[in-house]
Amino acid sequence: MTDLTKLKIAEARDALRNGDVSSVELTEACLAAIDKADVLGAFVHKTPEVAMGQAKSADDRIKAGDAPDLCGIPLGIKDLFCTKGVPSQAASAILNGFKPEYESTVTSQLFDAGAVMLGKLNMDEFAMGSSNETSTYGNAINPWRRGNDDTALTPGGSSGGSASAVAADLCLGATGTDTGGSIRQPAAFTGITGIKPTYGRCSRWGIVAFASSLDQAGPMTKDVRDAAIMLEAMCGHDPKDSTSADLAVPNFEAMLTGDIKGKVIGIPREYRMDGMPDEIEALWADGRKMLEDAGAVIKDISLPHTKYALPAYYVIAPAEASSNLARYDGVRYGHRAKLAQGDGITEMYEKTRAEGFGPEVQRRVMVGTYVLSAGFYDAYYNRARKVRTLIKKDFEDVFAQGVDAILTPATPSAAFELGKEHTDPVEMYLNDVFTVTVNLAGLPGISVPTGLDKQGLPLGLQLIGRPWEEGDLLNTAYALEQAAGFVAKPTQWW
Amino acid sequence: MSIDIETAARVAKLARIRVEDDALPALAQEFSNILGFIEQLNEVDVEGVEPMVSVEPMRLKRRKDAVTDGGMQDKILANAPDAREGFFAVPKVVE
Repeated sequence: MTDLTKLKIAEARDALRNGDVSSVELTEACLAAIDKADVLGAFVHKTPEVAMGQAKSADDRIKAGDAPDLCGIPLGIKDLFCTKGVPSQAASAILNGFKPEYESTVTSQLFDAGAVMLGKLNMDEFAMGSSNETSTYGNAINPWRRGNDDTALTPGGSSGGSASAVAADLCLGATGTDTGGSIRQPAAFTGITGIKPTYGRCSRWGIVAFASSLDQAGPMTKDVRDAAIMLEAMCGHDPKDSTSADLAVPNFEAMLTGDIKGKVIGIPREYRMDGMPDEIEALWADGRKMLEDAGAVIKDISLPHTKYALPAYYVIAPAEASSNLARYDGVRYGHRAKLAQGDGITEMYEKTRAEGFGPEVQRRVMVGTYVLSAGFYDAYYNRARKVRTLIKKDFEDVFAQGVDAILTPATPSAAFELGKEHTDPVEMYLNDVFTVTVNLAGLPGISVPTGLDKQGLPLGLQLIGRPWEEGDLLNTAYALEQAAGFVAKPTQWW
Repeated sequence: MSIDIETAARVAKLARIRVEDDALPALAQEFSNILGFIEQLNEVDVEGVEPMVSVEPMRLKRRKDAVTDGGMQDKILANAPDAREGFFAVPKVVE
Protein backbone atom coordinates (compact mmCIF):
# COMPACT_ATOMS: atom_id res chain seq x y z
CA MET A 1 0.00 0.00 0.00
CA THR A 2 1.21 3.51 -0.76
CA ASP A 3 0.69 6.73 1.14
CA LEU A 4 -0.11 4.95 4.39
CA THR A 5 -0.09 8.20 6.35
CA LYS A 6 -2.93 9.55 4.22
CA LEU A 7 -5.27 6.82 5.47
CA LYS A 8 -8.19 7.76 7.64
CA ILE A 9 -8.64 5.96 10.95
CA ALA A 10 -11.59 3.91 9.67
CA GLU A 11 -9.68 2.87 6.53
CA ALA A 12 -6.58 1.93 8.52
CA ARG A 13 -8.67 -0.04 11.00
CA ASP A 14 -10.17 -2.10 8.19
CA ALA A 15 -6.80 -2.58 6.46
CA LEU A 16 -5.21 -3.70 9.74
CA ARG A 17 -7.98 -6.20 10.42
CA ASN A 18 -7.79 -7.55 6.87
CA GLY A 19 -4.05 -7.98 7.23
CA ASP A 20 -3.37 -5.61 4.31
CA VAL A 21 -1.02 -3.59 6.48
CA SER A 22 0.59 -3.90 9.90
CA SER A 23 0.66 -1.32 12.64
CA VAL A 24 4.46 -1.41 12.48
CA GLU A 25 4.36 -0.42 8.79
CA LEU A 26 1.80 2.28 9.45
CA THR A 27 3.79 3.62 12.39
CA GLU A 28 7.09 3.61 10.49
CA ALA A 29 5.43 5.53 7.65
CA CYS A 30 4.15 8.17 10.07
CA LEU A 31 7.51 8.47 11.86
CA ALA A 32 9.23 9.00 8.49
CA ALA A 33 6.67 11.67 7.53
CA ILE A 34 7.18 13.40 10.89
CA ASP A 35 10.96 13.51 10.41
CA LYS A 36 10.47 15.22 7.06
CA ALA A 37 8.10 17.81 8.51
CA ASP A 38 10.16 19.46 11.26
CA VAL A 39 9.61 22.81 9.55
CA LEU A 40 5.90 22.60 10.49
CA GLY A 41 6.81 22.63 14.19
CA ALA A 42 3.94 20.25 14.92
CA PHE A 43 5.69 17.44 16.82
CA VAL A 44 7.76 18.87 19.66
CA HIS A 45 8.71 15.62 21.42
CA LYS A 46 8.99 12.59 19.17
CA THR A 47 8.54 9.18 20.79
CA PRO A 48 9.57 6.62 18.14
CA GLU A 49 10.55 3.98 20.72
CA VAL A 50 7.23 4.18 22.54
CA ALA A 51 5.47 4.10 19.18
CA MET A 52 7.28 1.03 17.83
CA GLY A 53 6.71 -0.88 21.09
CA GLN A 54 3.00 -0.06 21.02
CA ALA A 55 2.76 -0.91 17.31
CA LYS A 56 4.30 -4.37 17.85
CA SER A 57 1.88 -5.10 20.72
CA ALA A 58 -1.00 -3.87 18.57
CA ASP A 59 -0.02 -6.21 15.74
CA ASP A 60 -0.01 -9.14 18.18
CA ARG A 61 -3.40 -8.12 19.45
CA ILE A 62 -4.83 -7.81 15.95
CA LYS A 63 -3.47 -11.26 15.06
CA ALA A 64 -5.12 -12.66 18.18
CA GLY A 65 -8.43 -11.24 16.99
CA ASP A 66 -8.74 -8.85 19.93
CA ALA A 67 -8.65 -5.50 18.20
CA PRO A 68 -10.66 -2.48 19.32
CA ASP A 69 -11.19 0.18 16.63
CA LEU A 70 -8.08 2.16 17.53
CA CYS A 71 -5.78 -0.85 17.84
CA GLY A 72 -2.61 -0.09 15.90
CA ILE A 73 -3.65 3.44 14.87
CA PRO A 74 -0.81 6.02 15.13
CA LEU A 75 -1.90 9.24 16.87
CA GLY A 76 -0.33 12.49 18.01
CA ILE A 77 -0.93 13.70 21.57
CA LYS A 78 -1.24 17.36 22.53
CA ASP A 79 1.49 18.42 24.96
CA LEU A 80 -1.22 19.31 27.52
CA PHE A 81 -1.82 15.61 28.27
CA CYS A 82 0.42 14.04 30.91
CA THR A 83 2.08 10.99 29.39
CA LYS A 84 4.10 8.77 31.67
CA GLY A 85 7.86 9.15 31.30
CA VAL A 86 7.48 11.45 28.29
CA PRO A 87 7.95 15.25 28.47
CA SER A 88 4.58 16.94 29.10
CA GLN A 89 5.00 20.64 29.56
CA ALA A 90 1.93 22.39 28.19
CA ALA A 91 4.33 24.23 25.86
CA SER A 92 5.58 26.21 28.85
CA ALA A 93 9.14 26.86 29.98
CA ILE A 94 7.93 26.55 33.56
CA LEU A 95 7.50 22.80 33.00
CA ASN A 96 10.93 22.33 31.39
CA GLY A 97 12.14 18.83 32.09
CA PHE A 98 8.85 17.62 33.59
CA LYS A 99 8.20 13.94 32.94
CA PRO A 100 5.01 12.77 34.64
CA GLU A 101 5.05 9.62 36.73
CA TYR A 102 1.47 8.95 35.62
CA GLU A 103 -0.72 8.81 32.53
CA SER A 104 -3.78 10.99 31.88
CA THR A 105 -7.07 9.11 31.84
CA VAL A 106 -7.79 10.00 28.20
CA THR A 107 -4.40 8.82 26.93
CA SER A 108 -4.54 5.64 29.03
CA GLN A 109 -7.94 4.86 27.51
CA LEU A 110 -6.50 5.42 24.02
CA PHE A 111 -3.47 3.22 24.75
CA ASP A 112 -5.65 0.53 26.36
CA ALA A 113 -7.57 0.50 23.07
CA GLY A 114 -4.27 -0.18 21.30
CA ALA A 115 -3.54 3.29 19.92
CA VAL A 116 0.07 4.20 19.14
CA MET A 117 1.65 7.48 20.36
CA LEU A 118 3.97 9.07 17.79
CA GLY A 119 4.89 12.02 19.99
CA LYS A 120 3.73 15.20 21.67
CA LEU A 121 2.22 18.08 19.74
CA ASN A 122 2.80 21.81 19.84
CA MET A 123 0.23 24.20 21.29
CA ASP A 124 -0.15 27.65 22.81
CA GLU A 125 1.40 27.87 26.27
CA PHE A 126 -1.09 26.42 28.79
CA ALA A 127 -3.61 26.41 25.91
CA MET A 128 -3.82 30.22 26.11
CA GLY A 129 -3.87 31.55 22.58
CA SER A 130 -5.49 31.28 19.17
CA SER A 131 -2.42 31.15 16.90
CA ASN A 132 0.09 28.77 18.55
CA GLU A 133 2.42 31.77 18.90
CA THR A 134 2.67 31.66 22.70
CA SER A 135 4.43 28.25 22.73
CA THR A 136 7.86 27.89 24.31
CA TYR A 137 8.74 25.57 21.41
CA GLY A 138 8.13 28.23 18.76
CA ASN A 139 5.33 28.41 16.22
CA ALA A 140 3.49 25.51 14.68
CA ILE A 141 2.88 26.25 11.00
CA ASN A 142 -0.17 25.60 8.86
CA PRO A 143 0.52 23.18 5.98
CA TRP A 144 -1.94 25.27 3.92
CA ARG A 145 -0.67 28.31 2.00
CA ARG A 146 -2.35 31.06 0.01
CA GLY A 147 -1.83 29.64 -3.44
CA ASN A 148 1.83 30.09 -4.40
CA ASP A 149 2.44 32.68 -1.69
CA ASP A 150 4.89 31.19 0.83
CA THR A 151 3.82 33.41 3.76
CA ALA A 152 3.70 31.25 6.90
CA LEU A 153 0.15 30.99 8.24
CA THR A 154 -1.05 29.99 11.69
CA PRO A 155 -2.69 26.59 12.12
CA GLY A 156 -4.78 28.27 14.83
CA GLY A 157 -4.66 27.55 18.51
CA SER A 158 -4.38 26.43 21.04
CA SER A 159 -4.29 22.92 19.49
CA GLY A 160 -2.17 24.20 16.57
CA GLY A 161 0.30 21.31 16.48
CA SER A 162 -2.54 18.78 16.47
CA ALA A 163 -4.25 20.57 13.58
CA SER A 164 -1.05 20.95 11.56
CA ALA A 165 -0.05 17.29 12.09
CA VAL A 166 -3.43 15.88 11.05
CA ALA A 167 -3.79 18.21 8.05
CA ALA A 168 -0.26 17.34 6.85
CA ASP A 169 -0.89 13.58 7.23
CA LEU A 170 1.82 13.12 9.87
CA CYS A 171 -0.58 11.05 11.97
CA LEU A 172 -4.04 9.57 11.49
CA GLY A 173 -5.63 11.60 14.27
CA ALA A 174 -4.68 13.69 17.28
CA THR A 175 -5.97 14.67 20.68
CA GLY A 176 -6.88 18.28 21.32
CA THR A 177 -8.39 20.25 24.16
CA ASP A 178 -10.89 23.08 23.96
CA THR A 179 -11.47 25.80 26.57
CA GLY A 180 -12.81 28.56 24.30
CA GLY A 181 -12.45 27.11 20.80
CA SER A 182 -9.02 25.45 20.89
CA ILE A 183 -10.14 22.34 18.97
CA ARG A 184 -12.69 23.89 16.63
CA GLN A 185 -10.80 27.02 15.48
CA PRO A 186 -7.57 25.18 14.49
CA ALA A 187 -9.64 22.42 12.84
CA ALA A 188 -11.37 25.08 10.73
CA PHE A 189 -8.04 26.75 9.84
CA THR A 190 -6.55 23.48 8.56
CA GLY A 191 -9.48 21.79 6.80
CA ILE A 192 -9.97 19.01 9.35
CA THR A 193 -12.72 17.93 11.75
CA GLY A 194 -12.66 18.62 15.49
CA ILE A 195 -15.26 18.00 18.17
CA LYS A 196 -15.48 19.31 21.71
CA PRO A 197 -17.86 17.01 23.59
CA THR A 198 -20.27 17.99 26.37
CA TYR A 199 -18.52 19.19 29.53
CA GLY A 200 -17.99 16.03 31.60
CA ARG A 201 -17.82 13.54 28.70
CA CYS A 202 -14.04 13.17 28.86
CA SER A 203 -12.13 12.94 32.10
CA ARG A 204 -9.89 15.92 32.75
CA TRP A 205 -7.61 13.91 35.04
CA GLY A 206 -3.99 14.21 33.98
CA ILE A 207 -4.65 17.04 31.53
CA VAL A 208 -2.81 20.19 32.61
CA ALA A 209 -5.61 22.43 33.89
CA PHE A 210 -6.29 25.87 32.39
CA ALA A 211 -9.92 26.75 33.26
CA SER A 212 -11.47 23.73 34.93
CA SER A 213 -15.12 24.61 34.31
CA LEU A 214 -14.49 25.09 30.57
CA ASP A 215 -11.75 22.59 29.60
CA GLN A 216 -12.70 19.50 27.59
CA ALA A 217 -10.62 17.08 25.54
CA GLY A 218 -11.68 15.90 22.10
CA PRO A 219 -10.39 14.36 18.87
CA MET A 220 -9.03 16.14 15.77
CA THR A 221 -9.35 13.95 12.71
CA LYS A 222 -9.56 13.81 8.92
CA ASP A 223 -13.32 13.32 8.84
CA VAL A 224 -16.47 12.96 10.92
CA ARG A 225 -16.39 9.15 11.03
CA ASP A 226 -12.88 9.21 12.48
CA ALA A 227 -14.00 11.80 15.04
CA ALA A 228 -16.82 9.44 16.10
CA ILE A 229 -14.44 6.49 16.46
CA MET A 230 -11.81 8.39 18.40
CA LEU A 231 -14.25 10.29 20.61
CA GLU A 232 -15.85 7.05 21.76
CA ALA A 233 -12.48 5.77 22.97
CA MET A 234 -11.72 9.04 24.80
CA CYS A 235 -15.06 9.34 26.65
CA GLY A 236 -16.32 7.71 29.80
CA HIS A 237 -16.73 8.07 33.52
CA ASP A 238 -13.61 8.43 35.63
CA PRO A 239 -13.75 8.32 39.43
CA LYS A 240 -10.61 10.51 39.45
CA ASP A 241 -12.53 13.45 37.92
CA SER A 242 -15.61 14.30 39.98
CA THR A 243 -17.06 16.31 37.08
CA SER A 244 -16.87 13.42 34.64
CA ALA A 245 -20.33 12.12 33.84
CA ASP A 246 -21.38 8.63 34.83
CA LEU A 247 -23.28 8.03 31.59
CA ALA A 248 -23.05 5.22 29.08
CA VAL A 249 -20.97 6.07 26.01
CA PRO A 250 -22.88 5.13 22.86
CA ASN A 251 -21.36 3.67 19.71
CA PHE A 252 -21.07 7.02 17.95
CA GLU A 253 -19.96 5.54 14.63
CA ALA A 254 -23.10 3.38 14.44
CA MET A 255 -25.16 6.57 14.70
CA LEU A 256 -23.76 7.97 11.43
CA THR A 257 -26.64 7.31 9.06
CA GLY A 258 -26.56 10.67 7.29
CA ASP A 259 -30.33 10.83 7.69
CA ILE A 260 -31.33 14.20 9.16
CA LYS A 261 -34.85 14.42 7.73
CA GLY A 262 -37.06 16.53 9.99
CA LYS A 263 -34.19 17.63 12.26
CA VAL A 264 -34.56 21.24 13.28
CA ILE A 265 -31.43 23.35 12.68
CA GLY A 266 -31.29 26.76 14.31
CA ILE A 267 -29.54 29.74 12.68
CA PRO A 268 -28.77 32.30 15.39
CA ARG A 269 -29.13 35.88 14.18
CA GLU A 270 -26.63 37.22 16.73
CA TYR A 271 -23.80 35.34 15.00
CA ARG A 272 -24.07 37.67 12.00
CA MET A 273 -21.31 40.00 13.14
CA ASP A 274 -20.57 43.48 11.85
CA GLY A 275 -17.72 43.38 9.38
CA MET A 276 -17.98 39.63 8.82
CA PRO A 277 -16.23 38.76 5.53
CA ASP A 278 -18.58 37.99 2.62
CA GLU A 279 -16.94 34.61 2.21
CA ILE A 280 -17.87 33.54 5.72
CA GLU A 281 -21.40 34.82 5.16
CA ALA A 282 -21.63 32.82 1.91
CA LEU A 283 -20.18 29.70 3.53
CA TRP A 284 -22.80 29.89 6.25
CA ALA A 285 -25.61 30.35 3.72
CA ASP A 286 -24.29 27.37 1.74
CA GLY A 287 -24.29 25.21 4.88
CA ARG A 288 -27.84 26.22 5.64
CA LYS A 289 -28.87 25.22 2.11
CA MET A 290 -27.02 21.89 2.31
CA LEU A 291 -28.78 20.89 5.51
CA GLU A 292 -32.13 22.05 4.13
CA ASP A 293 -31.58 20.00 0.96
CA ALA A 294 -30.79 17.00 3.18
CA GLY A 295 -34.26 17.31 4.68
CA ALA A 296 -33.63 19.37 7.80
CA VAL A 297 -36.01 22.12 8.89
CA ILE A 298 -34.22 25.47 9.14
CA LYS A 299 -35.35 27.83 11.88
CA ASP A 300 -34.12 31.33 12.59
CA ILE A 301 -33.39 31.66 16.28
CA SER A 302 -32.10 34.18 18.77
CA LEU A 303 -29.39 33.73 21.40
CA PRO A 304 -29.66 37.21 22.89
CA HIS A 305 -26.64 37.16 25.22
CA THR A 306 -24.10 36.06 22.59
CA LYS A 307 -22.39 39.46 22.61
CA TYR A 308 -21.46 39.02 26.27
CA ALA A 309 -19.87 35.59 25.93
CA LEU A 310 -16.33 36.78 25.20
CA PRO A 311 -16.21 39.35 28.01
CA ALA A 312 -17.65 36.77 30.45
CA TYR A 313 -15.09 34.24 29.25
CA TYR A 314 -12.24 36.71 29.78
CA VAL A 315 -13.25 37.00 33.42
CA ILE A 316 -14.00 33.34 34.17
CA ALA A 317 -11.12 31.70 32.28
CA PRO A 318 -8.36 33.95 33.72
CA ALA A 319 -9.90 33.65 37.21
CA GLU A 320 -9.74 29.85 37.05
CA ALA A 321 -6.31 29.98 35.42
CA SER A 322 -4.88 32.18 38.16
CA SER A 323 -5.98 29.58 40.68
CA ASN A 324 -4.89 26.53 38.65
CA LEU A 325 -1.50 28.00 37.79
CA ALA A 326 -0.70 28.85 41.40
CA ARG A 327 0.82 25.36 41.61
CA TYR A 328 3.80 26.39 39.44
CA ASP A 329 5.95 27.65 42.25
CA GLY A 330 9.35 26.12 41.50
CA VAL A 331 9.04 23.60 44.32
CA ARG A 332 7.54 20.35 43.05
CA TYR A 333 8.30 20.20 39.34
CA GLY A 334 9.70 22.13 36.42
CA HIS A 335 11.74 25.29 36.42
CA ARG A 336 13.15 27.09 39.46
CA ALA A 337 14.91 30.45 39.02
CA LYS A 338 18.49 30.87 40.15
CA LEU A 339 18.38 32.85 43.34
CA ALA A 340 20.59 35.71 44.46
CA GLN A 341 22.29 35.92 47.83
CA GLY A 342 19.67 36.65 50.47
CA ASP A 343 16.65 35.74 48.32
CA GLY A 344 13.87 34.12 50.30
CA ILE A 345 10.92 31.98 49.29
CA THR A 346 8.85 34.92 47.97
CA GLU A 347 11.68 35.92 45.61
CA MET A 348 11.90 32.29 44.52
CA TYR A 349 8.20 32.26 43.58
CA GLU A 350 8.29 35.64 41.87
CA LYS A 351 11.44 35.04 39.85
CA THR A 352 10.47 31.49 38.91
CA ARG A 353 7.07 32.56 37.63
CA ALA A 354 8.45 35.62 35.81
CA GLU A 355 11.02 33.44 34.00
CA GLY A 356 8.79 30.42 33.45
CA PHE A 357 5.54 31.96 32.22
CA GLY A 358 5.35 33.73 28.85
CA PRO A 359 3.71 37.17 28.47
CA GLU A 360 0.18 35.97 27.60
CA VAL A 361 0.10 33.51 30.51
CA GLN A 362 1.40 36.17 32.91
CA ARG A 363 -1.22 38.59 31.63
CA ARG A 364 -4.07 36.13 32.17
CA VAL A 365 -2.87 35.03 35.60
CA MET A 366 -2.70 38.66 36.68
CA VAL A 367 -6.10 39.56 35.18
CA GLY A 368 -7.52 36.54 37.00
CA THR A 369 -5.87 37.62 40.21
CA TYR A 370 -7.35 41.09 39.82
CA VAL A 371 -10.95 39.98 39.15
CA LEU A 372 -10.83 37.66 42.17
CA SER A 373 -9.23 40.20 44.50
CA ALA A 374 -11.05 41.70 47.47
CA GLY A 375 -13.46 44.41 46.39
CA PHE A 376 -13.71 43.25 42.76
CA TYR A 377 -14.97 39.69 43.16
CA ASP A 378 -18.65 40.65 42.96
CA ALA A 379 -18.23 43.31 40.29
CA TYR A 380 -16.32 41.04 37.92
CA TYR A 381 -16.29 37.36 38.80
CA ASN A 382 -19.81 36.97 40.18
CA ARG A 383 -21.29 39.16 37.46
CA ALA A 384 -19.56 37.06 34.80
CA ARG A 385 -20.93 33.86 36.35
CA LYS A 386 -24.44 35.34 36.28
CA VAL A 387 -24.03 36.27 32.63
CA ARG A 388 -22.84 32.71 32.05
CA THR A 389 -26.14 31.44 33.50
CA LEU A 390 -27.99 33.66 31.00
CA ILE A 391 -25.88 32.42 28.07
CA LYS A 392 -26.65 28.82 28.99
CA LYS A 393 -30.34 29.69 29.33
CA ASP A 394 -30.34 31.15 25.80
CA PHE A 395 -29.40 27.69 24.53
CA GLU A 396 -31.85 25.88 26.83
CA ASP A 397 -34.64 28.07 25.50
CA VAL A 398 -33.97 27.24 21.85
CA PHE A 399 -33.55 23.54 22.58
CA ALA A 400 -36.92 23.68 24.40
CA GLN A 401 -38.40 25.12 21.19
CA GLY A 402 -37.43 21.91 19.43
CA VAL A 403 -34.08 22.90 17.93
CA ASP A 404 -31.81 19.85 17.50
CA ALA A 405 -28.61 21.60 16.45
CA ILE A 406 -27.36 25.10 15.73
CA LEU A 407 -25.33 26.05 12.64
CA THR A 408 -22.78 28.87 12.82
CA PRO A 409 -19.47 29.80 11.19
CA ALA A 410 -16.53 28.24 13.08
CA THR A 411 -14.24 31.26 12.81
CA PRO A 412 -14.53 34.91 11.72
CA SER A 413 -11.78 34.47 9.08
CA ALA A 414 -9.49 31.96 7.38
CA ALA A 415 -6.01 31.25 8.79
CA PHE A 416 -4.01 34.45 9.25
CA GLU A 417 -0.30 35.28 9.03
CA LEU A 418 2.10 34.29 11.75
CA GLY A 419 4.37 36.88 13.29
CA LYS A 420 2.11 39.91 12.97
CA GLU A 421 2.52 42.18 15.91
CA HIS A 422 -0.40 41.86 18.30
CA THR A 423 -0.55 45.14 20.13
CA ASP A 424 -4.00 44.61 21.60
CA PRO A 425 -4.61 41.21 23.24
CA VAL A 426 -8.37 41.70 22.84
CA GLU A 427 -7.98 41.53 19.04
CA MET A 428 -6.67 37.96 19.30
CA TYR A 429 -9.50 37.06 21.69
CA LEU A 430 -12.06 37.80 18.94
CA ASN A 431 -11.00 34.60 17.14
CA ASP A 432 -13.13 32.68 19.61
CA VAL A 433 -16.27 34.75 19.12
CA PHE A 434 -18.30 31.87 17.59
CA THR A 435 -16.90 29.05 19.71
CA VAL A 436 -16.65 30.39 23.23
CA THR A 437 -20.41 30.37 23.94
CA VAL A 438 -20.33 26.58 23.65
CA ASN A 439 -17.74 26.21 26.42
CA LEU A 440 -19.62 28.59 28.70
CA ALA A 441 -22.80 26.55 28.20
CA GLY A 442 -20.97 23.19 28.45
CA LEU A 443 -22.41 22.01 25.11
CA PRO A 444 -20.92 19.77 22.43
CA GLY A 445 -19.66 21.57 19.30
CA ILE A 446 -18.04 20.32 16.12
CA SER A 447 -16.17 22.07 13.33
CA VAL A 448 -16.49 20.61 9.82
CA PRO A 449 -14.57 21.86 6.76
CA THR A 450 -17.05 22.91 4.06
CA GLY A 451 -15.23 25.19 1.65
CA LEU A 452 -12.20 27.15 0.47
CA ASP A 453 -11.79 30.90 0.35
CA LYS A 454 -10.59 32.89 -2.70
CA GLN A 455 -6.98 32.26 -1.73
CA GLY A 456 -7.51 28.54 -1.46
CA LEU A 457 -7.59 28.33 2.33
CA PRO A 458 -10.05 26.04 4.13
CA LEU A 459 -13.07 27.39 6.01
CA GLY A 460 -15.26 25.52 8.47
CA LEU A 461 -18.76 25.58 9.87
CA GLN A 462 -19.67 24.80 13.45
CA LEU A 463 -22.60 22.71 14.63
CA ILE A 464 -23.68 22.96 18.27
CA GLY A 465 -25.69 20.13 19.82
CA ARG A 466 -27.80 19.36 22.85
CA PRO A 467 -25.95 18.23 25.98
CA TRP A 468 -24.87 14.56 25.88
CA GLU A 469 -26.16 14.13 22.33
CA GLU A 470 -22.81 13.93 20.59
CA GLY A 471 -24.08 10.98 18.53
CA ASP A 472 -26.89 13.02 17.02
CA LEU A 473 -24.53 15.98 16.52
CA LEU A 474 -21.96 13.81 14.76
CA ASN A 475 -24.69 12.48 12.48
CA THR A 476 -25.76 16.02 11.51
CA ALA A 477 -22.09 16.86 10.93
CA TYR A 478 -21.81 13.73 8.80
CA ALA A 479 -24.74 14.86 6.64
CA LEU A 480 -23.12 18.30 6.26
CA GLU A 481 -19.78 16.68 5.36
CA GLN A 482 -21.45 14.48 2.72
CA ALA A 483 -23.20 17.48 1.19
CA ALA A 484 -20.12 19.73 1.25
CA GLY A 485 -17.86 17.06 -0.24
CA PHE A 486 -14.73 18.79 1.03
CA VAL A 487 -11.73 16.77 -0.17
CA ALA A 488 -9.05 19.46 -0.69
CA LYS A 489 -5.62 18.84 0.79
CA PRO A 490 -2.67 21.20 1.22
CA THR A 491 0.02 20.87 -1.47
CA GLN A 492 3.12 19.41 0.12
CA TRP A 493 5.89 22.05 0.32
CA TRP A 494 7.66 20.90 3.47
CA MET B 1 -11.80 51.60 33.99
CA SER B 2 -8.19 52.63 34.02
CA ILE B 3 -5.59 50.73 36.01
CA ASP B 4 -2.80 52.78 37.53
CA ILE B 5 0.80 51.67 37.98
CA GLU B 6 0.41 51.03 41.71
CA THR B 7 -2.54 48.70 41.06
CA ALA B 8 -0.58 46.84 38.39
CA ALA B 9 2.31 46.43 40.83
CA ARG B 10 -0.05 45.19 43.56
CA VAL B 11 -1.65 42.62 41.23
CA ALA B 12 1.76 41.36 40.12
CA LYS B 13 2.72 40.99 43.77
CA LEU B 14 -0.49 39.10 44.58
CA ALA B 15 0.10 36.80 41.58
CA ARG B 16 3.73 36.23 42.70
CA ILE B 17 5.10 37.30 39.34
CA ARG B 18 8.09 39.65 39.34
CA VAL B 19 7.51 42.62 37.03
CA GLU B 20 10.32 45.15 36.71
CA ASP B 21 9.37 48.77 37.38
CA ASP B 22 9.98 49.86 33.79
CA ALA B 23 7.50 47.23 32.54
CA LEU B 24 4.66 48.41 34.79
CA PRO B 25 3.23 51.25 32.65
CA ALA B 26 2.75 48.92 29.64
CA LEU B 27 1.21 46.26 31.89
CA ALA B 28 -1.18 48.78 33.42
CA GLN B 29 -2.23 49.82 29.91
CA GLU B 30 -2.90 46.20 28.90
CA PHE B 31 -4.98 45.63 32.02
CA SER B 32 -6.96 48.75 31.24
CA ASN B 33 -7.68 47.51 27.70
CA ILE B 34 -8.79 44.09 28.89
CA LEU B 35 -10.90 45.44 31.73
CA GLY B 36 -12.43 47.97 29.31
CA PHE B 37 -13.52 45.02 27.19
CA ILE B 38 -14.94 43.24 30.24
CA GLU B 39 -16.89 46.34 31.31
CA GLN B 40 -19.49 45.45 28.66
CA LEU B 41 -20.87 43.00 31.20
CA ASN B 42 -22.29 45.97 33.09
CA GLU B 43 -24.89 46.37 30.32
CA VAL B 44 -26.51 43.05 31.25
CA ASP B 45 -29.43 42.97 33.66
CA VAL B 46 -28.42 40.23 36.11
CA GLU B 47 -31.01 41.07 38.76
CA GLY B 48 -32.19 37.84 40.39
CA VAL B 49 -29.89 35.62 38.28
CA GLU B 50 -27.96 32.92 40.12
CA PRO B 51 -24.23 32.69 39.32
CA MET B 52 -23.43 29.42 37.55
CA VAL B 53 -21.78 26.90 39.84
CA SER B 54 -22.20 23.66 37.90
CA VAL B 55 -21.87 23.38 34.14
CA GLU B 56 -24.15 20.37 33.80
CA PRO B 57 -26.83 19.80 36.42
CA MET B 58 -25.51 16.71 38.13
CA ARG B 59 -24.69 15.69 41.64
CA LEU B 60 -21.01 15.28 42.24
CA LYS B 61 -20.14 11.69 43.09
CA ARG B 62 -19.17 10.89 46.62
CA ARG B 63 -16.50 8.41 47.49
CA LYS B 64 -15.31 6.74 50.63
CA ASP B 65 -12.84 8.88 52.54
CA ALA B 66 -10.16 6.23 52.41
CA VAL B 67 -6.51 5.92 51.53
CA THR B 68 -6.36 4.51 47.99
CA ASP B 69 -2.79 5.25 47.05
CA GLY B 70 0.57 6.12 48.53
CA GLY B 71 4.03 4.87 49.36
CA MET B 72 5.68 6.53 46.37
CA GLN B 73 7.92 9.19 47.86
CA ASP B 74 10.53 8.69 45.13
CA LYS B 75 7.98 9.31 42.38
CA ILE B 76 6.57 12.37 44.12
CA LEU B 77 10.05 13.87 44.38
CA ALA B 78 11.29 12.71 40.98
CA ASN B 79 10.51 16.01 39.23
CA ALA B 80 11.50 18.39 42.03
CA PRO B 81 14.12 21.03 41.14
CA ASP B 82 15.65 20.48 44.58
CA ALA B 83 14.86 17.40 46.69
CA ARG B 84 16.97 16.36 49.66
CA GLU B 85 16.66 13.50 52.12
CA GLY B 86 13.13 12.74 51.05
CA PHE B 87 11.87 16.32 51.18
CA PHE B 88 11.24 19.23 48.81
CA ALA B 89 13.93 21.80 49.56
CA VAL B 90 13.19 25.55 49.53
CA PRO B 91 15.06 28.67 50.72
CA LYS B 92 14.93 29.30 54.44
CA VAL B 93 11.42 30.45 55.44
CA VAL B 94 11.76 31.05 59.19
CA GLU B 95 14.61 33.11 60.62
